[in-house]
Amino acid sequence: MTAPAATGAPRLGGRGRSVRYRLNAWLPVLATCVILVLMLGAGQAVFGDFVSPRLLSSLFDNNPFLIVLAVGMTFVILTGGIDLSVGSVIAFSGLLGAQLFAAGWPAAAVLPLMVLSGTLIGAVVGVMVAFFDIQPFIASLAGMFLARGLAYVTSLKALPIHNDALNWLLGTSWGVGDWTTTPGVLLSLLLVAIAFWVFHYTRFGRTVYAVGGNEQSARLMGLAVTRTVFLVYLISGTCAGIAGVLFASYTQSGNPLAGLGMELQAIAAVVIGGTILTGGSGYVIGSLFGVLVYGLIQISITYMSVDSWWTYIVIGVMLLLFVVFQRAIAARRRR
Amino acid sequence: MIALRILRHRLFWPIVALVLLVAINTLSRPSFLSITIKHGALYGSSIDILRNSSQLMLVALGMTLVIATRGIDLSVGAVLAVAGAVSLTYIEASPEPGSVGTVTVAVALGLLVTLVLGAWNGFLVSVVRIQPIIATLLLMFAGRGIAMLITKGQITTVTSAPYAEFASGVILGLPVAFLIAVVVVAIVGLLVRRTALGVLMEAVGINPEASRLAGVQSRGIIWSVYAISGLLAGMAGILYSSNIMAADANNAGLNIEVDAILAVVIGGTSLAGGKFSIAGTVIGVLIIQTLTTSITFLGIPPAVTPVFKAVVVIVICLMQSRRVRGLLAVRRRPVAPSVPGTAAIDASAAVSK
Repeated sequence: MTAPAATGAPRLGGRGRSVRYRLNAWLPVLATCVILVLMLGAGQAVFGDFVSPRLLSSLFDNNPFLIVLAVGMTFVILTGGIDLSVGSVIAFSGLLGAQLFAAGWPAAAVLPLMVLSGTLIGAVVGVMVAFFDIQPFIASLAGMFLARGLAYVTSLKALPIHNDALNWLLGTSWGVGDWTTTPGVLLSLLLVAIAFWVFHYTRFGRTVYAVGGNEQSARLMGLAVTRTVFLVYLISGTCAGIAGVLFASYTQSGNPLAGLGMELQAIAAVVIGGTILTGGSGYVIGSLFGVLVYGLIQISITYMSVDSWWTYIVIGVMLLLFVVFQRAIAARRRR
Repeated sequence: MIALRILRHRLFWPIVALVLLVAINTLSRPSFLSITIKHGALYGSSIDILRNSSQLMLVALGMTLVIATRGIDLSVGAVLAVAGAVSLTYIEASPEPGSVGTVTVAVALGLLVTLVLGAWNGFLVSVVRIQPIIATLLLMFAGRGIAMLITKGQITTVTSAPYAEFASGVILGLPVAFLIAVVVVAIVGLLVRRTALGVLMEAVGINPEASRLAGVQSRGIIWSVYAISGLLAGMAGILYSSNIMAADANNAGLNIEVDAILAVVIGGTSLAGGKFSIAGTVIGVLIIQTLTTSITFLGIPPAVTPVFKAVVVIVICLMQSRRVRGLLAVRRRPVAPSVPGTAAIDASAAVSK
């Protein structure tokens, strides 16, 4: 009832589209940017010494895994699906790595296997959604249970990881002055760039938008809907595997409770980034901004030294504002 | 033909799963089904399962109604936590925590707040017309924050004999918690199946637009199912907090929305809305609870439970999926559309629109 048919503008340089149409499609992303800037401005006004290279760097440094998750989630949500399994995959992937490292495997073998563990879960969810028409919500719920359970099968308690290659990812700090970054952050940004390229310059990317816009039309157009749907879950699972590697590097451990609820954070980031949950409209860049907004809320809450549960409430209110805003845009578009 | 009809009944596979679970349990520990009477109360594994399933039963019941209208309520866990927080904070602050009057007011207050929270969800879905997943996600996020705000981040503990009765009390040998669940299921069952309400809900779930044109007050119906879902989650919250006599804003009802949705789906209600089955949900809840209990019985670490849940979900969903059903019903109807993917189009069109 809400799904606006194929509202995304998959091809940025599409000549036939009016400026206003493109502006409409980018509006939610712009709104996220504006909010981000407003929040930074408000922080600066309230706390004085708020906006600094250190703060801006830490926005990225604190959440590289969430950026990666949001990239994968964007693929899934753009097809109108949802992937709840990603948080649990982080736990599974991390513990798998911890066990393999403990067994003396080299990093060159362990890191790919950690990523592949996510791909595997993604494949299970993808098969269920694409080939058996099980609702994404339920299928990925099963994936979530499967990954969380497998994490516990791998180890019932948290395991430390001592590995130089893994620590290098988020332990190394490169920077000029107060501007710092880590290889892990660069990796996550690289993934955003790759995803952007895939969405706007490949046939697969446009099919993702088409499926999200109207699956039936996409099918009738002869697009490979089943394959595309399968692949987005595979991508999301793989991203979750990569996020698992980053998270393991961040915490230097594997933990069966890692990533609890992180799928919701990823979904929230994607929605705050302007992607519509019914699919077909949104941009991966928006998801990146969504993660930054999320990170900024967390940091501001710490800055204000109020209790951490305010984070939940602020995020909830934030989501509400964005969703209502999106409704308003969708209503305007229909006219 | 009768065998086929039984085989194709939508509660067939869930019941088989439940019977199978009970059989496995009884085989591995013959005392599983035995019930003893101590101090006028029934004891036994099956009674434990019934008692422990009551919270999930209430939540899943509300979820069934919401799902029937093609919605979903992710906020139930958070709402459950809020109910406990409100009630116990009131009792803690009152001069007479042990009096029946205090407890009555506390419970009424807790339920009122959850009713309002549920109505808020309903407002977002039916009036603002936000998708149910996202509308209830808001409260799922914010609800726990609200609960912590009420308890000031502490785990509020109280001593109040009447309040403890909800979880540990016994009437006619049966746990009070179980009886509450039974009564509520019966009331809701009568309400939706003996009046037109159930049919109207299904109509809204199958095609909101068509039902609106047919004169169904879909807005009111959607609004009220979310309110009911909130209220039932609130009742579950009272049971939860009464069980541990503490309001734990962080852990109360954690992941119960997931279990509730699972129970509903296992019971054969489609997430795409429309036809729903309260009996199916009851069986789904019992399956999940029995599974959880039996895993402890079989000496498997409880933490591994999710793997088994995943297997059950995958198997039951596959059994219900059109593709597998098509394979099972081997070409019984040659006139059936033979184009692969047609079914998928129907299903997805139904879901996405």
